[in-house]
Amino acid sequence: MNGPLPARPIARLIEEFHKLPGIGPKSAQRLTYHLVRMPQDEARALAEAILAVKESIVLCSVCQNITDTDPCAICQGTGRDRTAVCVVEEPLDILPLERTGEFRGLYHVLHGVISPMEGIGPDDLKIRELLERLKDETVTEVILATNPNLEGEATAMYLHRLLAPLGIRITRLARGLPFGADLEYADEATLTRALEGRQEL
Amino acid sequence: MTAPKVYKTEAIVLRRLNVGEADKLLVLFTPTLGKVRAIARGARRPKSRLGGHLEVPCHCTLMLARGQNLDIVTQAQTIESFLPLRSDLRRSSQALYAAELVEQLTAEHGEGYAVYGLLLETLRRLCQDTNQELVMRHFELNLLTHLGYRPQLYSCLECRAALKPVLNFFSPHLGGVLCPACGGCLPDARPISPNAVKAMRFMAESPYPQASRLRMGRELSEEIEGLLRRYILYLLEHEVKSVQFLDLLRREPIC
Repeated sequence: MNGPLPARPIARLIEEFHKLPGIGPKSAQRLTYHLVRMPQDEARALAEAILAVKESIVLCSVCQNITDTDPCAICQGTGRDRTAVCVVEEPLDILPLERTGEFRGLYHVLHGVISPMEGIGPDDLKIRELLERLKDETVTEVILATNPNLEGEATAMYLHRLLAPLGIRITRLARGLPFGADLEYADEATLTRALEGRQEL
Repeated sequence: MTAPKVYKTEAIVLRRLNVGEADKLLVLFTPTLGKVRAIARGARRPKSRLGGHLEVPCHCTLMLARGQNLDIVTQAQTIESFLPLRSDLRRSSQALYAAELVEQLTAEHGEGYAVYGLLLETLRRLCQDTNQELVMRHFELNLLTHLGYRPQLYSCLECRAALKPVLNFFSPHLGGVLCPACGGCLPDARPISPNAVKAMRFMAESPYPQASRLRMGRELSEEIEGLLRRYILYLLEHEVKSVQFLDLLRREPIC
């Protein structure tokens, strides 16, 4: 071995931090030594917060979002439009949509996208749950809000094919130019869609 | 002579992986350098100047800077974005399969003019041609040919006798067709019909405009597909992943 190793509990914590995404060995060490110097109660609060997340978080039985109450706050919420369901890839995608304040419907989280090259198929997503939800006919519109990239498009097309026979209105988020963008650097595919979806001023 | 630090190339995007906060890790196929891995920083942000030009299977011109490990994409401009592929699930999965096959079968930094041309033509054909199965079989056979894996379709691999128009055998392990006497006892050999041998010869030898005149019945088309799939599986030693999705789409036909 080269040189003395850190004490065993320290080494263990470094190891645990290292498993987190985006944390390299050096960051793991820095975080660990920071925690060592932290007041006892702050460290305890962090540890409890981590445990609380793991122990109380479940998937919402309606929309599959991660939540601490079942059904989740959005599904329970009064004043929400129960006829529209917005299908998103990940729980995180709900946050920006909620921030717009424009959408008052419900969500459905797929927890992934169809990715043929990674071998991820429709069975690995929460599609069955979506079909189950649409059975009782309160929902009249499904908005496909998967990302406008290869996997997202494939998923949207697949869902469209699957849901079309149900006679529900199926829409897809529009594609176009983001605010603050530069026409010069826009790609053809986006520009084509932007032209197709141009609107009267 | 040291290689220049920045270089310009055409490329087809074979694979994109999301890494880090907003970066894309790309596997590109270029005519002069073959397969190249590169990173496009910040390409997933909505305002990225690169993002839209770097989706599979985009055909684009790129400016790349040599990095220690991965090259870095500094500029990107789409040449063709194959829009019809994006609105058709079956065609887009076939395009993905073609891209995955090239990615899996080629080595990094080897010259690849022939394969590049073939892939580009195949993507264009997938956008236009109605006989997509034929496009794919022609692509598979010619890709194998360019990479030196062309199956032997004229004489028996064991006894060297010219093949007769009877039910012969195809062995992925030996890479070609065997006569009934030699092939019958090989464990990995499967029967191959005389029509399949003929159709494969024709596709492997003719440029696409001629090969496109070939009319294959469903049975023949599936036989050749099955044979080539087993052969590719043998060469790669693992399944091509996008095949599963293609099969799934076939089981639940598009309405």
